[in-house]
Amino acid sequence: MGRPIRFLLDGGVRELSGIAPTLTVLNLLRYHLRRTGTKEGCAEGDCGACTVVLGELEGGQVRFRAVNACILFAPILDGRALFTVESLGREGALHPVQQAMVDSHGSQCGFCTPGIVMSLYAAQRSGATTDAASLKDALAGNLCRCTGYGPILAAGATMGASPDTAGDGALAEALRAIQPAEGLELEHKGRRFFSPLSADELAKIYEEHPQATILAGGTDVGLWVTKQQRVLETVISLNDAADLRGIDDLGGSIRIGAAVRYVDAHAGLARLHPQFGELLRRLGGLQVRNLGTVCGNIANGSPIGDMPPALIAAGATLVLRKGQARREMPLEDYFLAYGKQDRQPGEFVEAVIVRKPAPDRIFRIAKLSKRFDQDISAVCAGINIGVADGRVTDACIAFGGMAATPRRAAACEAALTGQPWTGATVETAAEALSQDFTPIGDMRASAAYRLEAAKNLLIRTYVEASEAGEDIRTAQAVAYG
Amino acid sequence: MADSGAAARILPVLSAPSGHDSAPRHVSGEALYIDDIPEPPGLLHLYVGQAARAHARVTRLDLSAVRKAPGVVLVLTSDDVPAKNDISPFAGDDPLFSEDLVRFMGQPLFCVAAESLPKARAAAALAVVEYADLEPLVTTEAARAAGSRIEATQEMRLGDAPAAIAAAPHRVSGHLSVGGQEHFYLEGQIALVIPGEGPDLHVWTSTQHPTETQHVIARVLGCMDAAITVEVRRMGGGFGGKETQSVQWAAMAALAALKTRRPAKIRLDRDDDMVLTGKRHDFEIAWELGFDAEGRLHGAAFEFAARCGHSADLSHAINDRAMFHADNAYALQSAEIISHRLRTHTVSNTAFRGFGGPQGMMVIERALDAAALSLGKDPLDVRLANLYGVSGDLTPYGQTVTDSVAREIMEELAASSGYRARRAAITRWNAAHEHLKRGIALTPVKFGISFTTTHLNQAGALVHVYTDGSISLNHGGTEMGQGLNIKVAQVVADAFQVPLASVKITSTRTDKVPNTSATAASSGSDLNGMAALNACNEIKDRLAAYALAAFGVAPEFTAGGVQVGERTMTFKAFVNEAYLARVSLSAAGFYKTPDIHYDRATHTGRPFYYFAYGAACSEVAVDTLTGENKVVRVDILHDVGRSLNPAIDLGQIEGGFIQGMGWLTTEELVFDAKGRLTTHAPSTYKIPTAGDRPEIFNMAIWAPGENREDTVHRSKAVGEPPLMLAISVFSALTDAVASVGGHRVMPNLDAPATPERVLAAVNDLRRRAGG
Repeated sequence: MGRPIRFLLDGGVRELSGIAPTLTVLNLLRYHLRRTGTKEGCAEGDCGACTVVLGELEGGQVRFRAVNACILFAPILDGRALFTVESLGREGALHPVQQAMVDSHGSQCGFCTPGIVMSLYAAQRSGATTDAASLKDALAGNLCRCTGYGPILAAGATMGASPDTAGDGALAEALRAIQPAEGLELEHKGRRFFSPLSADELAKIYEEHPQATILAGGTDVGLWVTKQQRVLETVISLNDAADLRGIDDLGGSIRIGAAVRYVDAHAGLARLHPQFGELLRRLGGLQVRNLGTVCGNIANGSPIGDMPPALIAAGATLVLRKGQARREMPLEDYFLAYGKQDRQPGEFVEAVIVRKPAPDRIFRIAKLSKRFDQDISAVCAGINIGVADGRVTDACIAFGGMAATPRRAAACEAALTGQPWTGATVETAAEALSQDFTPIGDMRASAAYRLEAAKNLLIRTYVEASEAGEDIRTAQAVAYG
Repeated sequence: MADSGAAARILPVLSAPSGHDSAPRHVSGEALYIDDIPEPPGLLHLYVGQAARAHARVTRLDLSAVRKAPGVVLVLTSDDVPAKNDISPFAGDDPLFSEDLVRFMGQPLFCVAAESLPKARAAAALAVVEYADLEPLVTTEAARAAGSRIEATQEMRLGDAPAAIAAAPHRVSGHLSVGGQEHFYLEGQIALVIPGEGPDLHVWTSTQHPTETQHVIARVLGCMDAAITVEVRRMGGGFGGKETQSVQWAAMAALAALKTRRPAKIRLDRDDDMVLTGKRHDFEIAWELGFDAEGRLHGAAFEFAARCGHSADLSHAINDRAMFHADNAYALQSAEIISHRLRTHTVSNTAFRGFGGPQGMMVIERALDAAALSLGKDPLDVRLANLYGVSGDLTPYGQTVTDSVAREIMEELAASSGYRARRAAITRWNAAHEHLKRGIALTPVKFGISFTTTHLNQAGALVHVYTDGSISLNHGGTEMGQGLNIKVAQVVADAFQVPLASVKITSTRTDKVPNTSATAASSGSDLNGMAALNACNEIKDRLAAYALAAFGVAPEFTAGGVQVGERTMTFKAFVNEAYLARVSLSAAGFYKTPDIHYDRATHTGRPFYYFAYGAACSEVAVDTLTGENKVVRVDILHDVGRSLNPAIDLGQIEGGFIQGMGWLTTEELVFDAKGRLTTHAPSTYKIPTAGDRPEIFNMAIWAPGENREDTVHRSKAVGEPPLMLAISVFSALTDAVASVGGHRVMPNLDAPATPERVLAAVNDLRRRAGG
């Protein structure tokens, strides 16, 4: 039923039909198209061995994004261009990115290599800067167990500018030719996949199919399929709804649409406050940020999502929509209990509105994890404190990883509010976190560590905000001796 | 005769560095791994049915629904094993499928073979399994209390250490926990078996040990070794995790292929791979040192307890190697090393780069840090005062160290890294900053080279010279990314003085070179390079005899061609003439490491042919409020003898260091009380990523390096030793934490130094310093 999926591969239009709607692009490549250069390393978007590049029309230009094929459902290819390692070059006729990897000795066992080549290709194609820090960010989602990364970073530094830009006009033209005139609607053995082109259309379809799974970037939903072997009967994708992709400056706040990916929200949020920028830099690997959405991170209700504590602290509000009806609520009210959110059947998160913390606020975001980059937080804190005349006027302090939902620390806030902004006040307020939270222990951190570290994050905020502020952020530390 | 030590000879590659032979195929995606081989028609896909308990009797295993599920062709259990239900390397204690007793969570109970992997997986979920639960011994402590061991506790002694320590002017003691490590090879375990005629099976598998795979399959199936051909072109990483742990899956696929006469493939996904395969052993270590006021050792006592898992696997030798390396680069003067090998209800721990050596070295470095702190000395000075070659040369196992270059390397590195000035600067920083603390450490590595099981130190190679002058090279080693194939090919190209491009590297096969040892113990180039060289020399000897008879002169192989008297011939023309004169141009080469012997009953002998050395200096920063920590600078100087291939060797050094750094910092294996591994995917198990590579990373091959033993071109093994350079990171972290108490109290920091453990060490230290 419906038209086939149409996408570009190696300059030609490919059509796909008769596939399961949750067939991953990785399996499509390896087992249907026999393009086995793309590897499966983890099937959860954490290792990058399956990295491919999507080309997408954006404002008439082609935008290139490295993504994880293992958790990308094939219907999302519709209207897009797919580049795999086979698209670049062959032995004897290597692409400059591939040649740079050879010349720098960037491969040892070679299994992660195609994914790394594709991440570098995406960086090169996007004209990304190739200083070490930028390359480390571009490669944070590509695990290599052999090299120690030095040779790979060297390849990135020497790969040069993209030789492929001359073809961008033709590519844009070819993409325009396959842009869908109407939303995608697939049916395969009773399972359905919708990808509407607008929020209105989406709202209508979701009202008709309130049991459907809403698919944004799929960096969480993809794992339901690859890790939990769940069969999703009906899926509604946000990926083609152009009017959900907007970031609107409302003056003093920004409105981030449901389909806005982390990578696109980064600049806007970083302008609200640089702390958001560093949080987003550390959220997932680039492949995850290229697919995942800010609203998806909220909508799925995870107690350890990175965005909610920071957004709650910034006073964000959530826009929910069902059919034509919309309602707005403080973000903190959305999270009711573990796995339970204030969302009706057929209702979806349409946007989040984030207010800019006033310049005189003490605003800190802190994430604790075993590894700095591309890790899930053990504790995440959003801290927003107003101080006037040496006294705390108000405080909004939210934590993730401390309870069944991301939420505010009422006792801690109360212990701060109205008190002099001193170390003693902060210590008392930090102690009050024991009343606010009874965290659990798991493989990421023990309960005791979570509570103590949460307290210390408040103390760290005070130390860093105090006059002779010591910058304690280890992630920023450079060699001293 | 072999002239492997010819000092004047420069390998072609040294003037024109060559990278990994497969690099162009790696980067283009054309390199074939087993799952990339076009699937043969009729292929069966296997999925493993796993136990949901760590320790239990299976009271009911009802697989009827599994057998009836769509697409299922065959279900295998221990009842289907034709001969011996054992895949162990030697102990006879590791079943292919558990019989009635489950010994770790995830242990294979059965295996489904179906028309597709999703069908096999869906069917496996339909099994009805009931258990009578038994108490699992999950931790080392629990197993020790229960007396659960894989073998008797081993002891190694040099002199009377307890008396020497008791009589020493100064003593320190402590306890150290060292975590395990998941290999996290990017390519998971996989095997593809294609049945031939009769009992013949061709096995493609990702293994470091084709011979053992062959032997175990024959043992399980009850057929001749000769019926089984195992082939390995390359692995997507091994690190020890495919030395024994790859065998079980190949044996399952072989059994399915034999029963159905259809090709069969098994590929573990990441979670199953992490749950079902063994890891680096975690250790609990008690230690005590006696020393004088200058920090010179009088004696050392170590008591190791290692979690071996449910079966022996290679734990005997791994724990032996921990004992062998408890001295690292230091003359202990007297030593008592006790090693408990504990059997637990967890997955069977196995080989991992360093093979117990890293855990052994961790404790002496910790102990020397503590000794230095107790004396108020720079740990580097205490280290330098105790090196082999400085304060003695006798190891606890009776081998005399004659080749130590640790002092030269450490002093050169201390100068090039600016260690002394940086330590002073860091001391000033720490005095001025309350929360962000810094630490620095410079530690050596001395790693013994040879399999400590002496008979394994042998290798074979097969070299064919064709009449067009091309050369086919086969040897018993396997390629897992370490660049073994290119190194051996260089040796062959050099032997005949032909271009590297005329040497064809072929996949490792048990029907070409039999009875090989695992590619392990860093021995790949040493053993296989020499075997290949011996094969080349045998062919050259025949060619020489031919030339002498035909022309009255011996030929000389030069880069410009073969010199025969006045004549210069191309290699091709020369071998073609030899062929016409009926000279065999094919030879099997063999090599065994000379001069090594070891008596395991007394733990004495000369287990190692030589030692590899290196040193690293690491600087770290630690947030004492959260325990977050970062390695900000690393300097490395490492001895590879005369490098066969500097590009490959540097790759091993950096890769080994970063892997070791991960082991000691972010990589944490967590088992819950029921024995369930809760960190079984990269979402929860964190190996280093690009951002973890220290911003300043200076690395060099130690220029004067030359193996004093007659190894291939005087090179040294490089696979494992660099991993232990990362112990400098752990010592630097310890140093940073110690600064909290003004270096008056020794931190109780355990590995891996996650933020949580670092914060715990800071808190503990504050309590002890204040209380």
